[in-house]
Amino acid sequence: MNETENDAETGESAHSNAYWKANLKLLTVLFAIWFAVSFGAGVLFRDWLDQFMIGGYPLGFWFAQQGSIYVFIALIFVYTFAMRRLERKYGLSDDD
Amino acid sequence: MDTQTLIYIFVGLSFALYIGIAIWSRAASTSDFYVAGGGVNPVVNGMATAADWMSAASFISMAGIIAFSGYDGSVYLMGWTGGYVMLALLLAPYLRKFGEFTVPDFIGARYYSKAARVVAVVCLIFISFTYIAGQMRGVGIVFSRFLDVDVTLGVIIGMAIVFVYAVLGGMKGITYTQVAQYCVLIFAYLVPAFFISFMITGNPIPALGLGSEVNDGSGMYVLQKLDLVLQDMGFAAYTDGSKSTIDVFCITAALMIGTAGLPHVIVRFFTVPKASDARRSAGWALVFIALLYTTAPAVGAFARLNFVETVNETPYSQAPEWFTNWEDNGLIAFRDRNGDGVMQYRSGDAIVGAPVYTEERGPSGERLTENATPPGENEVYVDRDIMVLANPEIAQLPGWVIALVAAGGLAAALSTAAGLLLVISAGVSHDLLKKTFRPNISEKGELLAARVAASAAILVAGYLGVYPPGWVAQVVAFAFGLAAASLFPAIFLGIFTKWMNREGAIAGMVSGLAFTFLYIGWFKLWAPESNVEANWLLGISPEGIGVIGMVINFAVAITVAKMTAPTPPDVRRLVASIRVPKGAETPHMH
Repeated sequence: MNETENDAETGESAHSNAYWKANLKLLTVLFAIWFAVSFGAGVLFRDWLDQFMIGGYPLGFWFAQQGSIYVFIALIFVYTFAMRRLERKYGLSDDD
Repeated sequence: MDTQTLIYIFVGLSFALYIGIAIWSRAASTSDFYVAGGGVNPVVNGMATAADWMSAASFISMAGIIAFSGYDGSVYLMGWTGGYVMLALLLAPYLRKFGEFTVPDFIGARYYSKAARVVAVVCLIFISFTYIAGQMRGVGIVFSRFLDVDVTLGVIIGMAIVFVYAVLGGMKGITYTQVAQYCVLIFAYLVPAFFISFMITGNPIPALGLGSEVNDGSGMYVLQKLDLVLQDMGFAAYTDGSKSTIDVFCITAALMIGTAGLPHVIVRFFTVPKASDARRSAGWALVFIALLYTTAPAVGAFARLNFVETVNETPYSQAPEWFTNWEDNGLIAFRDRNGDGVMQYRSGDAIVGAPVYTEERGPSGERLTENATPPGENEVYVDRDIMVLANPEIAQLPGWVIALVAAGGLAAALSTAAGLLLVISAGVSHDLLKKTFRPNISEKGELLAARVAASAAILVAGYLGVYPPGWVAQVVAFAFGLAAASLFPAIFLGIFTKWMNREGAIAGMVSGLAFTFLYIGWFKLWAPESNVEANWLLGISPEGIGVIGMVINFAVAITVAKMTAPTPPDVRRLVASIRVPKGAETPHMH
């Protein structure tokens, strides 16, 4: 995002700008994983992955009906913990 | 005790519980009514969100859809869970930090425009009513099959219950009844699933059972056997889909983005105390949802296997009791093409369209239908909706399990209906009255208006439940497609850019909405006969077109924003302030 911001105008500080950049970087990584397990493994590369088995599940089918959901849960909690650390680091936490 | 008595007891007890909670948690202020005072524990809110989200469609229909479409059913599993990642990471914490009551509140303030707010309200009301009609139909099905009462009476009882706790309690009452409803519905879903998984595979955990060997000594895996059995009967293999890859891709994406843009889900995250709680709460919501969503594909596969083995090549005269019960309810039909009295279940349609029964019975005692006979060999018509409801009967589980499923189906339908009614009433009383047409209305007056609007919405929903218009089932795609094409891009751009302005957002919402509405409307309502893959844009079905609508919305919004005046400084300050969790809530722009 190409923003020419006047910090005085919006009340942002070097800290909050660094925090936001770190957040965007984290989001990019997490959404890459999100895309890979659902649209990647569960849809686009399903046929190829189906040659492998996980128990009685063809692997691509497993990602589409089970695996992607487990990864989604993990992604949200990873984000929650990573953001809490970021917020403490930059002193922007909303903890009382 | 017979099953019928058990059903009355289970359903009666669950209703008494909901009413009791409603009386205990009445709403005293507009803040209580719209967002439960903003003081709900994130885990509790996660549970309430799960009940709010999992509708009659999730509880009753989803496993059935998966049972009959195999791999293609994955679009619902990934689509309706992946959206929570977008919600938790892209929207919920920022909207909570913004700290008002409704989704149109955010759109109106961020785009400094009453017109933008009204466009958002229109989207919201349309999406919510589309959705609610399906819930009331679910209530009707459960009542007519399990409680042996007329659908009309069933819907009226359901309306009365929702009326008590939604109108009295508002968001506060709904939140705590939804927690109770979640417990009822998840228990009702998992118990029969455990039994059936154990019966078929020897492993009681359904998600593991689906990956295990069948318990019949053949040494085959469940999915292997299902593929084999179905292919023998002329169906596609269960683990193969019939939809094209691009269509599966687009439908999944439209459902994900639509989920993230559904107002009744978003608004649940306004009820937790802080922005960081909104993230955590979305995580818990997905945990609670995943309990059902990872079980549903197993239920679907087991149900299909059970159904095939019980019904195929069985003489009608020896059909199990559940078969004739559901036939009496109009969800099953047997068309004896070859007159041998034996039910041949094959791929293809048994009759054209939904069954229209005559008064007469056939030679084997089956209910005759006047529908035309399509080419093919299939003799059994089955409505997908019965898979979950009939499962305990097909698997010959005890009466109390059947009673539990009835209570669970009602819990799923009522909890979602209540959540939807609330966003409709808030849209009318808060966004249209207080913020647009009657800014001077007092808090007491607004609360009264919210209650009146909720009551009116219940009456409309009830009417749609008693006289379900034929188009209801056809337009569920609308709710997700429109949410993806209208609300999601506006909210996303409002948080992640400071330069998206009023002109861009309105032009984007209107063009995304118009495109998606016309595309779905054309193929689903005005020219349903042309709804075949050859006619679709890029091979994308109406269910998946919301993605293209979203792309159009983004493209138009960005182009228009670049050509019009920049956003005012106070809006840029607003965006800067919602991006960080710390600090006082945004100064309200009254």
